[in-house]
Amino acid sequence: MLRYAISRILGIIPTLLIIITLAFFVIRLAPGGPFDEEQALPPEIKANLEAAYGLDQPIWKQYLRYLDGLAHADFGPSFKFKDFSVTELIAQGLPISLSIGLSAVLLGMLIGVPLGTFAALKQNTAADYTTMAIVGLGISVPNFVVAPLLQILFGLKWRLLPVAGWEGGEIRYLVLPVAALSFGIIAYVGRLTRGSMLEVLRSNYVRTARAKGLPEYLVVWRHALRPALLPVVSWLGPAFAFVVTGSLVVETVFGLPGSGRYLVQGAINRDYSLVMGMIVVYGTLIVICNLIADLLYGWLDPRVRYD
Amino acid sequence: MTEVAARGLWADAWRRLRRNRASLFAACFILLLTLFAFVGPHLSPHAFDTLDWENMTVGLGGPNNHWLGTDRLGRDLFVRTMTGVQLSLQIALLATIVSFVIGITYGAIAGFVGGRLDDLMMRFVDVLYSMPYIFIVIILSTFIDRSNIFALFAAIGAVGWLTMARIVRGQTLSLRNREFIEAARAIGVSTPQIVARHIMPNVLGPVIVYATLTIPQMILFESLLSFLGLGVQEPAASLGSLITEGAKEIESAAWMLLVPGFFLVSLLVCFNLLGDGLRDALDPRER
Repeated sequence: MLRYAISRILGIIPTLLIIITLAFFVIRLAPGGPFDEEQALPPEIKANLEAAYGLDQPIWKQYLRYLDGLAHADFGPSFKFKDFSVTELIAQGLPISLSIGLSAVLLGMLIGVPLGTFAALKQNTAADYTTMAIVGLGISVPNFVVAPLLQILFGLKWRLLPVAGWEGGEIRYLVLPVAALSFGIIAYVGRLTRGSMLEVLRSNYVRTARAKGLPEYLVVWRHALRPALLPVVSWLGPAFAFVVTGSLVVETVFGLPGSGRYLVQGAINRDYSLVMGMIVVYGTLIVICNLIADLLYGWLDPRVRYD
Repeated sequence: MTEVAARGLWADAWRRLRRNRASLFAACFILLLTLFAFVGPHLSPHAFDTLDWENMTVGLGGPNNHWLGTDRLGRDLFVRTMTGVQLSLQIALLATIVSFVIGITYGAIAGFVGGRLDDLMMRFVDVLYSMPYIFIVIILSTFIDRSNIFALFAAIGAVGWLTMARIVRGQTLSLRNREFIEAARAIGVSTPQIVARHIMPNVLGPVIVYATLTIPQMILFESLLSFLGLGVQEPAASLGSLITEGAKEIESAAWMLLVPGFFLVSLLVCFNLLGDGLRDALDPRER
């Protein structure tokens, strides 16, 4: 197990290096640059600007310099947010995005798992069909539709919660963004749990547990839940990518100062270093999340062997 | 003795699909909406980009034949939504086809050749997999001129083949050494014939299922990009860009969000239902 974990952690490095290299060259080869304004800059000024940011050097030199900076956690200066380094921008926004994302995943699990279990226990009844219909809708309704709908209902119609804003992270302001983000997660987790729970409930050891007279809730809690959670756990890696995508939307709709919007703004402004920084940070997080999901899987499932 | 007619793979699948009422309904809805999206705008006296100064921001059933109301600039929402559906469908279809051609070729080569080439090709897919698709899409949207949305989505399709390649490779690998292929070889069927008659039909099932599930994914991506301001540019309309406009007006004009939102969601639901139905029909082992 330990050897497996170490080899997996070492395996991250080449993966990240490939991601960084691909992203770096694709972005640099893109037509148009960060200093293309509506009114063209005089060539001398543009040349000076490019020299100041090192954009006049050959691309392989820029690449090596970038890698060197990364080794010192330095993502370079932002081209559009003057006076800020990319490291500062991301350090400001990332904690906000992470706390919202993690809350959404947690909420999704806390609601999705019981929902899926419930549907599985009531298989082929009206309760099952209703739950699954709601879940199917949850998978299909994108969060950029859910988020404004929540704003309309809870913010404008019933006036229960603030429509948007941040206000230093007051809980009231976080409820709708987290709810909007967890909507899809609840649906996915619910569907996965139902599927695997149905399979587990048909297995021999569950039949044995029932045969020896255990009450149903103990059968589920002690015997069925852990193996039924396995597909959910292996979904956690992709779930993080789902949350990242969702946070782009949710932060835009609710006007939150997270880091998701930097990816979009960076792409619109061709702010190379900002987009690169986001890709490196988020890419690393996603790779790490996949790793954690895999290790957790091995811990939950004693049948997994690492030889 | 009466001869029992052999029921082929496709007849069998069709029989199972017909029994699935939700999928049939979904298929009909998609067909009708597609037809209507192309015919509908001609029934309305308005064009998708003409401004009606007298009727700005009117609600459902508005005056001057604005059946679904107008937006802030007085543009007819019915016509804009229908052209949006058109655009979303076209873009999704294009991206899906591109991703298929690449995915099938890549997967089939990796699966047939096998060995070290297979390892290398699949390792590359793994690395790309570890990056969220949306990142690649956003990088691409910086790369490609945004006024040409079709070029953008051809490119998005060109990087969306990963799952397809995995599916096709897996199928090909598992089929390559099966007894019925061996039997075909033993009676002297040529390799192209084996591929065409025995491997392709078996690979095609999962491919069709995945195609049906890729189209809504691409619709979703297009809407997401347009929502983030990286997709369709004004005055053209897609479902995503209409939803963005609507989301800005929720206080005064909620229908501007609800109308395109309804069509987007029902399209996505129907494609997902159809995909699920097709999976049950074409791949009964999975149930």
